[in-house]
Amino acid sequence: MSSEKELSLDNGAVIYSYSLRDRWRKWCNYFMLGCLFLLSLIAAIPFLFIVYYVLAKGISSVNWDFFTQLPKPPGEEGGGMSNALIGSLVVVGMASLVGIPWGMGMGVYLSEYRATRTAKALRFVVDLLISAPSIVIGIFIYGFIVVRYGFSSYAGSAALLLIMLPVVAKGTEEILKMVPNHIREAGLALGIPRWKVIVRIIIPSVLSMCVTVIMLAIARIAGETAPLLFTALGNQYHIRDLSEPIATLPVQIYEFSKSGFEQMEKQAWAGAMVLVLFVFFINFFTRMFLFFYKKDKIKPFQKGK
Amino acid sequence: MTKKPNPVFIFSFLSFLKRKQEKRDIHIQDRLFYFFLKGLSWSLIFLFFYMLFVIFQMSWPAFSHFGMKFFVNIEWNSWTKNFGALSLIYGTAVTSFLALLLAVPVSVGVALFLNELSPGWLARPLGFVVEMLAAVPSIVYGLWGLFVLAPVLRDYVQSFLSKYLSFLPIFQGNYYGVGMMCGGVILAIMIIPTISSICREVFRTIPEANREAVLGLGTTRWEMLKIAVLKGSSTGIIGAVIMGLGRALGETMAVTMVIGNATSIKASLFEPAQTMASILANQYAEADNELHLASLTAVGFSLFCLSLIINILALLLVWRMEKKFYPRRKNRKNNVFSIGKVKV
Amino acid sequence: MSDVLVKIRNLSASFSSVTVLKNINLEIPSRKVVAFIGPSGCGKSTFLRCLNRMHEEVPGADIQGQIFLEGQNIYEKHIDPVLVRRKVGMVFQKPNPFPGLSIFDNVAVGLKLMGVKKRVLYERVEDSLKQAALWGEVKNILKRQGTSLSGGQQQRLCIARALAINPSVVLMDEPTSALDPISTARIENLIRRLKEKVTVIIVTHNMQQASRISDKTAFLLSGELVEYEKTSKIFTNPSEVRTESYITGRFG
Repeated sequence: MSSEKELSLDNGAVIYSYSLRDRWRKWCNYFMLGCLFLLSLIAAIPFLFIVYYVLAKGISSVNWDFFTQLPKPPGEEGGGMSNALIGSLVVVGMASLVGIPWGMGMGVYLSEYRATRTAKALRFVVDLLISAPSIVIGIFIYGFIVVRYGFSSYAGSAALLLIMLPVVAKGTEEILKMVPNHIREAGLALGIPRWKVIVRIIIPSVLSMCVTVIMLAIARIAGETAPLLFTALGNQYHIRDLSEPIATLPVQIYEFSKSGFEQMEKQAWAGAMVLVLFVFFINFFTRMFLFFYKKDKIKPFQKGK
Repeated sequence: MTKKPNPVFIFSFLSFLKRKQEKRDIHIQDRLFYFFLKGLSWSLIFLFFYMLFVIFQMSWPAFSHFGMKFFVNIEWNSWTKNFGALSLIYGTAVTSFLALLLAVPVSVGVALFLNELSPGWLARPLGFVVEMLAAVPSIVYGLWGLFVLAPVLRDYVQSFLSKYLSFLPIFQGNYYGVGMMCGGVILAIMIIPTISSICREVFRTIPEANREAVLGLGTTRWEMLKIAVLKGSSTGIIGAVIMGLGRALGETMAVTMVIGNATSIKASLFEPAQTMASILANQYAEADNELHLASLTAVGFSLFCLSLIINILALLLVWRMEKKFYPRRKNRKNNVFSIGKVKV
Repeated sequence: MSDVLVKIRNLSASFSSVTVLKNINLEIPSRKVVAFIGPSGCGKSTFLRCLNRMHEEVPGADIQGQIFLEGQNIYEKHIDPVLVRRKVGMVFQKPNPFPGLSIFDNVAVGLKLMGVKKRVLYERVEDSLKQAALWGEVKNILKRQGTSLSGGQQQRLCIARALAINPSVVLMDEPTSALDPISTARIENLIRRLKEKVTVIIVTHNMQQASRISDKTAFLLSGELVEYEKTSKIFTNPSEVRTESYITGRFG
């Protein structure tokens, strides 16, 4: 057996030394990787700032009255946003009531009949609607409903519905697509009609994930302001009739923040905190849910992993 | 003698009928289900086109009154009933451009760092934070921008810029905090998650072997990222940037609250302005005459069309990118669920 | 006796505490083709990736032992994996030309990064494309995308890319498993010619291929080196029963 020294060829030592160019490349590498790290920090900082300010300013101005009282006239101390909280609940609730079944139905269509011409057209429309400016949807509802029936909670819900539908449809489609085809084929091979395969086998297998999609869609429309500005308008008082204008939390935050009165600005921050906490709670909850459930729910579906 | 029917025959005939009945039932249920879903789908497609129609119809008075001059007229005045969208287009363009300028390097950097470099314990919380930026409601951005970001910009950034870089026309004049600059910064923060999440998705489509092949040539990590990841996905990155642009153009509330709301064209980024979306939020509910409303709607219609064009462009680019690596993934024709015409 | 180019001492490798390679010792002569055969999951690919320090790119990977390349232990602390990879080229299972780069750039990119001057660049690229038996087919379409070539051409492009930076060893991880028989034959011919300049270490599932092209063959079984002999011997008269039963197709 030969010793290590004999193995060494002539140029053995030269190979592993750095040339000047290599050193430059190496420093370039470190510099750029450092830059990438810095950029990621820069992206994270605004979020922390926003959360900090919303919590700090919100906590100092939120109290029990905020949830139970009506807003006071400008300049007066105290008051709350109970009308806006209830209003948001009503408007979002009505939109969800129609939007969830409709959106999920379209999601099922997109996934289960994915190569039909309707599905292709719908997918296109859904993609466009998801990224359409929400204020334009407000204009449509204004021209479609408000011009005829006036500002009302129905109009507000209709606007939110149009924002919600593509989100739910897209999310449902993505989730149903995770179910592999052999499960559908296995169901069909048992002689089960297709619609029962979909309703009884495929949807239940990913129902929990569908729930998260719906929660995220609700979180999304709960924070929408622009389309409500001229559909639901706003209201100083509690809602008595659904065909009246209705106060909603985001719109009220907007109105109060422009008012210039310190008391109202405080209320706006409190409202923002409630909104942010609601949205974050849903996001965090769904993320945790996906993180823990994904392993046993989705893994068996993925081949080769 | 009358022939008695064979009982076996009767039985088999009945069971044949029964089976046929069952089959028809299944058939009908399947058809009903299919057409129900199809109806839901078509109603949204219909609503989409009806939306285009309604908005166009509402804005027709403005288009017929001003003609193409609508887009080159600087004036926006509801007293003289002279409306032109140029100042709004200018405000939108400047703020969106500024937002892209700030957001693109950050988002691509974040995507690279999270996907390619960072260890899992850091990538997960950091990725969470960046994604949560997308979940913050626009109104909260506006509130934060108006009460926190604008004063900070005024006291630290704009004072610095106007002191040392005031020879540039974009950094001249008085500064108040609110203005195009603040709008651009807020928009940049808002579109970072959009661009970076699409970029991450695009980077994920690059096969691991490509990265290893580049590393196998004896390149440093950064060179590998440049060659295998960035060059290989340039189409997708452009798509992501365009998507970000689409979001920036249509963003309403946050910009409305920080841009200062003044319909004018000024070179300085410190000046207040108005974007196409923000003027809608400001004036739509209290438009005082027909022409004002129609002009606002016309702005909305233009905004809608602009966003449609931009998003179609972005979709095409991202699709092309996907096709490059998975050319056969799109049309798997050989399984029952993907057949063009479904027989139910 | 030919020089020993790569010497492997007590090499063990693992993925997050699952051992994949156990205590491998062997020597690879220079300017020869060495084939590694064995059933799926026996650690052939991991072994290959240890040789140019690609194994450590996988999270959770761990490696012990020494690998001497031209007398230098490539796992010593002060050795930069980047420099090792320049001496040890690699060709992957699936042809993977870099997307977005032309045929010329695909070969030239490694050279450009190493600072090869513009004047010589074209010649070097031409040389490596000729070595990879691809020049005749692509000399008029050098500006086209690398991904526009056929599968076999793409794989030869990848070989040219690896050869361009002048490595002393080229690792090939089942280079023909994704190709049709005609392209496979061309690549086998190419490998046989390559050994005039470089050492080729090839992992293959196809035992006929191993017997056709290699000078020495190693048989790996669940992370252990069972037998390492001249190809002619291993395929006609293996000394281990396990080797024989694998080659005759009794398992694996």
